Amino acid sequence: MVAIRHSMSFLLNDETVTLEAVGPSDTLLDYLRLQARLRGTKEGCAEGDCGACTVLVGRLSAQGLVYETVNACIRLLASLDASHVVTIEHLARGGRLHAVQQAMVDHHGAQCGFCTPGIVMSLYGLLLDTPEPDDDAIETALQGNLCRCTGYAPILRAARAAAEDRTQDADPLIAGRAAVTARLQAMRDGARVALTRDGQRALLPASLTDAVDVLAETPGATIVAGATDVGLWVTKEMRPISPTIFIGHLDALQAIEEGEREITIGAGVSYAVMARIIAAHFPFLAEYWQRIGGQQVRNMGTVGGNVANGSPIGDTPPPLIALGAEVDLLSAEGRRSLPLEDFFIGYGRQDRRAGEIVERLRIPKPGADVICAAYKVSKRRDEDISAVCGAFRFKVADGVITAARIAYGGMAATPRRARAVERYLIGQRWCEAAMARAGDAVAEDLTPITDWRASAEYRHKIARNMLRRVYLEHEDARATRLPHRGAA
Amino acid sequence: MNRETPQPTDAPAIPLGRARRATPHDSAEKHVTGTAVYIDDMAEPAGTLHACLGLSDRAHAEILSIDLDAVATSPGVVGVLTATDIPGENDVSPTGKHDDPVFAEDRVLFHGQPMFAVIAETREAARRAVAKAKIGYRDHDPITDIAAAEAAGGDLVTDPLTLSRGDAAAAIAAAPRRLDGTMTIGGQDHFYLEGHIALAIPGEDDDVTVHSSTQHPSEVQHMVGHVLGVPSNAVTVEVRRMGGAFGGKETQSNLFAAVAALAAKRWGRAVKIRPDRDDDMIATGKRHDFQVSYAVGYDDTGRIHGVEATYAARCGFSADLSGPVTDRALFHADNCYHYPAVRLSSRPLRTNTVSNTAFRGFGGPQGMLGAERMIEEIAYALGRDPLEVRKANFYAPGRDLTPYHQRVEDCVIARIVAELEQSADYQARRTAIIEANRESRIIRRGIALTPVKFGISFTATWYNQAGALVHVYRDGSIHLNHGGTEMGQGLNIKVARVLADAFGVGLEAVKITATSTGKVPNTSATAASSGSDLNGMAAADAARQIIDRLRAFAVEHYGVSADEVAFERGKVWLGSERMAFGALIDAAYLARVQLSAAGFYKTPEIHWDRAAGKGKPFYYYAYGAAVSEVAVDTLTGEYQVERVDILHDVGRSLNPAIDLGQIEGGFVQGMGWLTTEELWWDDEGRLRTHAPSTYKIPLASDVPRDFRVRLADWSENTKPTIRRSKAVGEPPFMLAISVLEALSMAVASVSDYRECPRLDTPATPERVLMAVERLRAGG
Repeated sequence: MVAIRHSMSFLLNDETVTLEAVGPSDTLLDYLRLQARLRGTKEGCAEGDCGACTVLVGRLSAQGLVYETVNACIRLLASLDASHVVTIEHLARGGRLHAVQQAMVDHHGAQCGFCTPGIVMSLYGLLLDTPEPDDDAIETALQGNLCRCTGYAPILRAARAAAEDRTQDADPLIAGRAAVTARLQAMRDGARVALTRDGQRALLPASLTDAVDVLAETPGATIVAGATDVGLWVTKEMRPISPTIFIGHLDALQAIEEGEREITIGAGVSYAVMARIIAAHFPFLAEYWQRIGGQQVRNMGTVGGNVANGSPIGDTPPPLIALGAEVDLLSAEGRRSLPLEDFFIGYGRQDRRAGEIVERLRIPKPGADVICAAYKVSKRRDEDISAVCGAFRFKVADGVITAARIAYGGMAATPRRARAVERYLIGQRWCEAAMARAGDAVAEDLTPITDWRASAEYRHKIARNMLRRVYLEHEDARATRLPHRGAA
Repeated sequence: MNRETPQPTDAPAIPLGRARRATPHDSAEKHVTGTAVYIDDMAEPAGTLHACLGLSDRAHAEILSIDLDAVATSPGVVGVLTATDIPGENDVSPTGKHDDPVFAEDRVLFHGQPMFAVIAETREAARRAVAKAKIGYRDHDPITDIAAAEAAGGDLVTDPLTLSRGDAAAAIAAAPRRLDGTMTIGGQDHFYLEGHIALAIPGEDDDVTVHSSTQHPSEVQHMVGHVLGVPSNAVTVEVRRMGGAFGGKETQSNLFAAVAALAAKRWGRAVKIRPDRDDDMIATGKRHDFQVSYAVGYDDTGRIHGVEATYAARCGFSADLSGPVTDRALFHADNCYHYPAVRLSSRPLRTNTVSNTAFRGFGGPQGMLGAERMIEEIAYALGRDPLEVRKANFYAPGRDLTPYHQRVEDCVIARIVAELEQSADYQARRTAIIEANRESRIIRRGIALTPVKFGISFTATWYNQAGALVHVYRDGSIHLNHGGTEMGQGLNIKVARVLADAFGVGLEAVKITATSTGKVPNTSATAASSGSDLNGMAAADAARQIIDRLRAFAVEHYGVSADEVAFERGKVWLGSERMAFGALIDAAYLARVQLSAAGFYKTPEIHWDRAAGKGKPFYYYAYGAAVSEVAVDTLTGEYQVERVDILHDVGRSLNPAIDLGQIEGGFVQGMGWLTTEELWWDDEGRLRTHAPSTYKIPLASDVPRDFRVRLADWSENTKPTIRRSKAVGEPPFMLAISVLEALSMAVASVSDYRECPRLDTPATPERVLMAVERLRAGG
């Protein structure tokens, strides 16, 4: 029997805050602005897309204390037990501006000023992590921050100037690392946390085993990891989510095992942490991965969550399906595994039984003889939802395609394999003409819709053209891709 | 990776007036520390209530019933407001047309139209309650776009305009060549980061103070008075700063302020209204989308003989500012080009969509885009570089009469274009791109140089006035108030600098205060790029009055001659003696010298006869040009802007840093309008791109890595504007047309530049790919 605690504690800048009346839908932003009355953090969109509410959250991880930028508007307060929340008010010390702030003043990085605190926090988060960022890193850090006044040019100049400043060792978050770690460790008492406000319940299990128990005890509960989707149910749809089981803090779900044949990823691994695995084992996915959300969303959102919510436009399922990943589901009855493509049954329906949680994903490593590619097309290059994404894995022997796994997102009610295309290609010569002809089979597999992201016709065209691109790019990468910057 | 630091810095290369300094924004330190106070950050009075609007979920319907019982009994609700609760008039139309109800009464005319408001103890309680309304409708077919509006008979929201000179039809018929075309131009959401907000605090009698995020406090004051049925002197509107506006807070703030004031007076408590981002985007107006139909007669040299064009605009359900917006489209349908014979007509069409409104450029960008499309079409038809066709048609001495019969007397576009063509190495790059495109199967490039000429002044001539109120306190500190509003554009720092220089004191001696209708009355909107021109002059006038009195006092009191009195570096020179500014002020006070003055300015020379289509609506023009280079992926239509060079004319800059910010920011905003920002309505008339998740404004990574912006440092305004500067808010927005045309060139490469791709906007990757495939298939 685990101990149960009916309060949560966290550090807010320098202060320890302990709260008892917390509901699962309470957001960090509302807490900051309405309760703590720290109004430097702004609300721009309340859906995690503009970054005006960016704050840092420090958490204890396997790598020790890490600080990450998050969108306070969709970060649910209950998930912050034993965390360190750092807001814009923490930066200027003793009447002196922080180097990032000074650079923003010197380079005229603010006009109306409303997005500015969020931009400062994103740049601050970047410099804590990457003291000497290049332009790619700066732009990546700002993917989740909108500015409508400046055209970003002065902000980028400020970012470069701030990166030149070498006084960062004195930064309180660096100098105070040990003390903060100790304070956060003291808050982690191993208890299950059960919070209520107005009859709404938020539950933070003590462990993965406890999570399975809590889920069994609480049928119909909403499971929340990064809240990058559920946060919008709360802020936009005002959907009741109680009772809610938070799992983002569970160490067991953060586990990553790099085996000989496959990589196992805990469901709670964030996109940002996953990026390191991508770089090491799936480099073909690096640029694609960097286009998922903005940095704040990549810090919050989890691979498991993107799978579990079954969105037809999630960016992670297509490449995972193409790679042949399997999903493991855990319940009080034990563990169940299935190929990821079988997990998605229909629009909004997944093969997750009552009492099960998505525990982890097992992703086979592509062998040396395999050609892999993944593409995303969206109206705006970064921080946009795909019109279509496609992922491809081919085996080619003696100039002939011997195996093919192809999956698309945005082309059907679920992420889906293009089996007719695969069937057509197996046995074909590895050449552009075959890839172009295979495009005809896309229509057999997939009937996309027209909406605000793209017309059905356009979706079809780019799904087909992606097939040609796999070949062309394999032959000559430079000639076929925009001179993109970034992870590639 | 060549990103040049732009030219203007603290050490400009040319001699400057004292006002011309790259001083940071007056609120810069507050911005970066999060201590700048926006309305939602103000400490609320105890007992503040929160309002939320109930919006129509039909685009066109009769309202059969409004059942708000469940709303009124929802937890935390204090009450509801509908049209019947309005003591004054149920109207916030800015042009007196009485077509903009606060709350819809018997019918709804667009999806998202406010019908009622809920007032509750918390914002969350108000939002939850709104969802419980039960509305009975009888639906009618909505008319949601320009084609449908024309098909249904073309109902107009306001009188159209025709500009005409010579016999355009005859000139086109007589010209050696002719082409006809149509272009569809998309709208744009402002996406100010701070959404609409108002906080109303009730006072005694009929009084109410409203903190409103508005560009037009006087209009908000008048509208609130109108809705409450009280005179304007009962209403005080204050605005310290806005978190962005861009035209979206010129008239659209009226409704929110009126609802907050209505509720504040009804319940005797402060009331705040801050719509959610989605409601803000659904319920407030945007940039007009247009369809331009044109016929051009021209010759083999590319010279235009005659133009006939119709500019049809989707105005939405009411007039709002659609009249002046569509007028300004026509005023810019010539851009920098002389049309020997011309006939331009506007069609401000009524549709069942949100009422479109002001947005940076105010119709000018759409007008100009039509002109540039005609140039582009001529160039492709003749197989020439569009730049040659542009040059062949520039205004020049003897060819200087606009379609509205104003002479272009200050034209510097030829010099700007020549300098930019050189500094951007346009010709060599264009040649190299054409060469490279031949070898490149998938990635194609394009480059374009496009010019801008933008008319400065409100075309509503009476708006071209401004007031300022300046107090000098006994300790020598100065209180500055003027009728302009600060939305990030740096108006206050420009005006404060003018004032500080006039008194010979440092900026720290000047306190910038919130704009208040109680201090400067009957102000114009801070719009039309006119903020510094008008308010800078009004503040200078106030300063001059006080200085004249101080000088007279000094002559009398210290026995010096008037020309021996000088105000410099915080000191006052009295012949060879000097004293501290504060000491002179204190002495003047004791001698009973009035140390406060109201300044005033009205723009000279301008006049406009709309019925005749003739006059001089603009005091002067601002010019600029840009070269953009893009790369396009012809497998997907995705693209990237690789390099942009800009040379822009701000006259003698009042503040190069602020002006540079306006140019860079305006350009990128314009680029968003023409590329990724797409407003998408479904068949039922619902806007489906109403949040940043679906409506995509540019990000840092969309900005060209190589972005070189320079001010035309040789330019000064030929008119005696404040320090010979020029307005800068809107003109740079239109420099982004170069991006569209560069995309067009990249697309045209797939059919060897034989055909103009006629890209509609926004040129999303989808439109680009579709154009590529159309051209490949042979048109």
